Amino acid sequence: MAEPAVPRRRSPAEDLLEGSHLRELSFLAQAELRVDAEEADAASRMAEQFLGCPLPGPGRATGTGTPYVLWSGPGRYLVVDAEATGRGLCAGLSAALGGEYGRLCAAVADLSAQRTVLELRGPDAEEVLARGCPLDLHPREFGTGSYAQTVIGKAAVGLHRTGGDGPPGGDATAFRILVRASFADYLARLLTGAAADVRNARAGAVV
Amino acid sequence: MLLIPCPWCGPRDEREFRYGGQAHIAYPADPSALGDEAWADYLFMRDNPAGRHAERWFHGSGCRAWCDVERDTVDYTVTGSCTTGAHPAGGPDTGPCTSPYCVRRAVPSTGGTR
Ligand SMILES: [Zn+2]
Ligand SMILES: [Zn+2]
Repeated sequence: MAEPAVPRRRSPAEDLLEGSHLRELSFLAQAELRVDAEEADAASRMAEQFLGCPLPGPGRATGTGTPYVLWSGPGRYLVVDAEATGRGLCAGLSAALGGEYGRLCAAVADLSAQRTVLELRGPDAEEVLARGCPLDLHPREFGTGSYAQTVIGKAAVGLHRTGGDGPPGGDATAFRILVRASFADYLARLLTGAAADVRNARAGAVV
Repeated sequence: MLLIPCPWCGPRDEREFRYGGQAHIAYPADPSALGDEAWADYLFMRDNPAGRHAERWFHGSGCRAWCDVERDTVDYTVTGSCTTGAHPAGGPDTGPCTSPYCVRRAVPSTGGTR
């Protein structure tokens, strides 16, 4: 008897992004780390040993990719890893944070399914984002390694600059946008539309 | 649109926030001892100044923390913002809190204006 077909896992924005400067980094492992103020020193020391980078301060990201850590609020951090699974990342973090002694000094939760990650690159990136985002995205204010939770259009997002510290509009400009899975379709359409508007405006068309 | 300085995130657009009403309204110490009038006063009665007003804002699309903001209800100038409950009404003067936009700092922040 034939094996029943297993449906292929589809990522939230995969059909929208053909041929644009936007791509989706799907299925990254994401774990939230929540630390009480009085445990902060111990927790950051232990987490740092496991992560290989310190926990970031407000508005910042640390780490180079596998994993990297984002500051998501007072005492809250989002650990993102392209290689680990969410479950593995949480197990590792829990063990590193003292789980083997019977009590954690921080809360760890697997949020991998909550958000997908879009990556927007290229010289138009700041201008495209500015069409929906109220932040000042000039590299002077929001340079590489900056991370902020904000809104783009109607979608709540985490915005992470991963490249481009020269004058705005540099070729190396790159952002990662963390967005809830159910908003990914909306946001990808908004950004591809904004990118088309920016291209047309550059070409002199009225938009 | 207001530009509100969050103690953690810095000046952010009003649309990232949710308004939480007047700040520093303490929950009654013994609610069951309150008469109807005192209970209604706690629940419903609020100051309505023409001028500086201490109010709570929730940075819901940002760091998801609450803060206490001082805003002028006439010209909408935002004077500053503090960590919640850092300066309760009628409390002792403890000096500036940890917020860089604290309303008790000698040099008022330029973080938030209309
Ligand atoms: Zn904030
Ligand atoms: Zn203060």
